[in-house]
Amino acid sequence: MSRTMNAVLAGFGGQGILFAGKIIAIAGLIEDREVSWLPSYGPEMRGGTANCSVCVADDPIGSPLVLRPDVLVVMNQPSLDKFEGSVQPGGIVVADSTLVQRIPAIPNVKVCAVPATKLAEENGYKALANVILVGKLFAETHFCSEETIRAAVEQCVPASKKAKLPSNLAALEIGMNA
Amino acid sequence: MAEKVLMKGNEVMAESAIRAGCRFFFGYPITPQTELAAYMSKRMPKVGGTYLQAESEIAAINMVYGASCAGARVMTSSSSPGISLKGEGISYMAGCDLPGVIVNVQRGGPGLGGIQPSQSDYWQATRATGHGDFHVMVYAPSTVQEMADYAFLAFDKADEYRIPVMLLADGMLGQMMEPVVLPEPKGELPEKPWATSGHKNKRAHNIMDSLYLTAEELEDLNVARFERYQSILRDEQRAELFMTDDADIVLAAYGASARIARSAVVAAREKGIKAGLVRPITLWPFPTDAFEQVMSHAKLFLTVEMSMGQMVDDVRLASAGRVPVEFFGRTGGIIPTPVEVLARIEELSGKVGA
Repeated sequence: MSRTMNAVLAGFGGQGILFAGKIIAIAGLIEDREVSWLPSYGPEMRGGTANCSVCVADDPIGSPLVLRPDVLVVMNQPSLDKFEGSVQPGGIVVADSTLVQRIPAIPNVKVCAVPATKLAEENGYKALANVILVGKLFAETHFCSEETIRAAVEQCVPASKKAKLPSNLAALEIGMNA
Repeated sequence: MAEKVLMKGNEVMAESAIRAGCRFFFGYPITPQTELAAYMSKRMPKVGGTYLQAESEIAAINMVYGASCAGARVMTSSSSPGISLKGEGISYMAGCDLPGVIVNVQRGGPGLGGIQPSQSDYWQATRATGHGDFHVMVYAPSTVQEMADYAFLAFDKADEYRIPVMLLADGMLGQMMEPVVLPEPKGELPEKPWATSGHKNKRAHNIMDSLYLTAEELEDLNVARFERYQSILRDEQRAELFMTDDADIVLAAYGASARIARSAVVAAREKGIKAGLVRPITLWPFPTDAFEQVMSHAKLFLTVEMSMGQMVDDVRLASAGRVPVEFFGRTGGIIPTPVEVLARIEELSGKVGA
């Protein structure tokens, strides 16, 4: 459980990629581990895509920029195309298969296709595909305890949007069972 | 112990400044620093402070100048091109011996450059922030926690020595989130009998001015200021030594690139190469004492920067020809990777037989 995780999350701006990364980072914080979260903020963001690097470790984190992830969460085809070759052997890819048309087979990498956007819409949780994918990642890797992942979602939903907490927790559950 | 929270570097510097008693912030937006100003705009009104988005960086630094004259704890922040615009005002502050905190979240240059992280303003920060004979103190945090710690300390040092203090960060540190414990808010702030805060007919009035038309008078002031700098050089150096006790190859890196250098040192040790890292935390005063500690056994220095090679000058001055100094850098907004730094260490290790 307490292994190092170097994650890249990528998708279009507005899909909640940075928020999904923050849930993972907060989970690390709750378990008192070393954590870093680094967003892309460059021209690629203005072009409509967003990504972030998240590290969770037990030793101090050197570069927070993840170049060889062991976890890749993608929410569109260009992000998969860009990052699939960088995933470490033994790593995992979680892809939103509603939006990622081509689900690749990568040697020594587990690839999970979850129709997260479709599941979100069917269940009335529009715009929570990101949280569904975090739920799936948790179910596959158990990068923190189950209590922690729920607490992390609770902390990430701002006080001003408390009404949205139940749907966020429900989306997490959907992902965990997907 | 206070609560650990996950925050962005830019926002942490703002919050920490407020906790240090900063009640005036003047700035102008620029990537990758804008979150600092945005945070100030939300928080300052709630603590009875003033946030003002000026019409330009030049206006902002002159507002800092004014607030500092009146004795306030005051901050401005920008990124590289904006800092160049503030240079004149910082020189005026130095000429008046005024405290104040200036944040530079560096981006690639020269010119408008790019918006990705860089460390190419080292020379500007340590050599020539503006015209004239003067220095600013420069802190170079390398974690979000240090951004909190040194933003807080910067206000104390600025007041203690009556000197502008710069926090030299970069786009990576400014944008990233890490766990941080924020400092407890400061209670009492130091008296400032020199400030132009109203004499109430009880003392002669204070004047803040950097214009001295009598050459002898100006020389005397400059000499006296440099005598004060001597005590800063003696007492305020800060650096971290990492695995340097038996190191043959000693890396030198600050801020973001120090994180990468540290990873490369750990990887080199795993390969049996005795590498270490001197991480300057103060860039002025440059921590020459820390370099002296490793001088007798180091076979080589390798300076790692996100620039074409600027701090390497200070490492050469510290070495003074005793130990050879090499350089590795990436620029334009590229963050070096631990792998490429390690490759350089291995190459140099072969050369010096370390």
